Amino acid sequence: MSIFLDENTKVVYQGLTGSTGRYYGNLNKEYGTQVVAGTHPKKAGTDVDGIPIFASVAEAKAETGATASCIFIPAPGVRGAVLEAAEAGLELVVCITEGVPAHDEAEFFNILKRDFPGTRLLGPNCPGLISPGKANVGITAGHIAKAGGPVGIVSRSGTLTYQALYELQQQDIGVTTCVGIGGDPVPGTSFIDCLEAFEADPDTKAVMMIGEIGGSAEEEAADYIKNHMSKPVASYVAGVTAPPGKKMGHAGAIVSGGKGTAKAKMEALEDAGVKVGQNPTEAGELMVEIVANL
Amino acid sequence: MDLLEYQGKQFFASYGIPVSDGEACQDVDTAVAVADRVGYPVVVKAQVHTGGRGKAGGVKLAENADECREHASNILGLDIKGHIVETIWIENASDIAEEYYASFTLDRSAKKHLGMLSAEGGVEIETVAEDNPDAIAKIHIDPAEGLSEEACRAWVEAANLNPAANDGTVDILLKLYTAYTKGDADLCEINPLILKPTGEVHALDAKVSLDGSAVFRHEEYVQYEATQPRDEREEAAHEKGLQYVGLDGSVGVIANGAGLAMSTVDVINQVGGEPANFLDIGGGANADVMAGALEVINNDPKVKSIFINIFGGITRGEEVANGIIEAMARVNIDSPIVIRLDGTNADEGRAILEPALNDKLMMESTMLDAARKAVELAS
Repeated sequence: MSIFLDENTKVVYQGLTGSTGRYYGNLNKEYGTQVVAGTHPKKAGTDVDGIPIFASVAEAKAETGATASCIFIPAPGVRGAVLEAAEAGLELVVCITEGVPAHDEAEFFNILKRDFPGTRLLGPNCPGLISPGKANVGITAGHIAKAGGPVGIVSRSGTLTYQALYELQQQDIGVTTCVGIGGDPVPGTSFIDCLEAFEADPDTKAVMMIGEIGGSAEEEAADYIKNHMSKPVASYVAGVTAPPGKKMGHAGAIVSGGKGTAKAKMEALEDAGVKVGQNPTEAGELMVEIVANL
Repeated sequence: MDLLEYQGKQFFASYGIPVSDGEACQDVDTAVAVADRVGYPVVVKAQVHTGGRGKAGGVKLAENADECREHASNILGLDIKGHIVETIWIENASDIAEEYYASFTLDRSAKKHLGMLSAEGGVEIETVAEDNPDAIAKIHIDPAEGLSEEACRAWVEAANLNPAANDGTVDILLKLYTAYTKGDADLCEINPLILKPTGEVHALDAKVSLDGSAVFRHEEYVQYEATQPRDEREEAAHEKGLQYVGLDGSVGVIANGAGLAMSTVDVINQVGGEPANFLDIGGGANADVMAGALEVINNDPKVKSIFINIFGGITRGEEVANGIIEAMARVNIDSPIVIRLDGTNADEGRAILEPALNDKLMMESTMLDAARKAVELAS
């Protein structure tokens, strides 16, 4: 099994008519994803390389039975695109776009939580997700992922997500689903959402988690792992030697309460029984050990 | 993007928040003219992107024009922790009965906005948070709901300010929340928020940090951009739209994605080298972006080798390869380059680079090997 995405997921691409949306929409389709539609308010009735364009997500859903969307709309239009997908009743909305204002993210996250609890948002500013061998939604290079299992991956960083897939493929280890949650201030899907889903997925036997400095999402995940997870976890946190980033004033420092450094995150994860690597390769090696002992 | 105090005050004033009458100036004569206009006593304040201005002699009270002239000429050009004062802010000095603290920021953990208000203002709020956390009244605001006057009043009452300050504080906090949300701020902080003996409430300081991602709907951000503190390397990178942080080592770093760039810096350190910079060329990097990145790094005299670490998702391997070839044709790159290329269309990219490989352009298949090679070349 996989989480959130499989071969039956029908996906509408918001922004398919743009050059980036078209490129990745086609790549995803080639991979085997059911790319059923694109949307553009003024180009309904046309098509992009044979994929029909509808005026709205609601129309695309009505005509094709789409259950998910993938957003490649430029940042100023993301708020509207996310809400449109949620209002159309999609189950999964994957937002690839980077540079979305934090206030927009915080607002649509809470609107979804209040009005559309059935819609899962992934991103913004994320690489998407891939259930290797089944479907790929977003910008992950499909050929670097080995299908099957037993590992599930969740990552906050785009390129490190690919790195993790690649490290596992090099070791001939398969992946059930790899979820890139993105590194923005208010990600639609959190580490904990993914850990919960992996814990419940019978085919996922171990989880690889890639974090980075800033915020406290890794510490919260560590707390969840400690108290709720039976499956082993290997991890890497980027930014161990990074100079202290811009401090967001006094109020920001208080919110993080001393959390946020790579060291603090790694300690919290180790304390929760997670095997923590010093670089992505080492984390991959730790996962090899875990898989060998399953 | 952090604003200087005077920019923060102008930002607050544009949302109707009461601030002291004053003006920013860059020479002594103007400073005295402003002081004459706003009325003595005045405060002469250095405008720099760093704390500890008072201790460094960057904040002075002037009772008359002569004192204003003296302080202004001393403070202009002053070096405060490496920041040279080019601008001073002159404002009418306020009588203070009480000092409070107020702020709004995003609580990433709660995924809601967080308002903080304390009767213990004018000091480091971290100290208050540590020594007496109950002295800070907090409110979580659902961004989808906003801040109602009722909720704001209950929050203000919970902070136990002088009751005479409550009405004025509610008014300011509602305006501050509007400034914070409409202005796309990461942080709006007033410390101190003062109660005057006459009963008015007033923002005596302004600390504002804006979300650079929201620049598309804020034309006014352009003026703030101009005063951001950057070294020459950072300035050049910024002009090319690159995410760059200058470091002190000798291995230049180019990577795509913040996570991979951080990881690259980590790995260089782990194999005994010292990175010269953090440079994220972002998702949609093409030949132009890569060429620009190489130019920026090449202009850093400390760089002895360059490590290009690309894992292709949205960045395609052939674009990276073409960018490197194009950049090498455009600029005379002094340092040897080590490339590690993987991901989308990596094979196509490697094939483009293959004929160009020599002792100035090398390719390694793993991140660790590439880091070791780059560090070896830099030493």
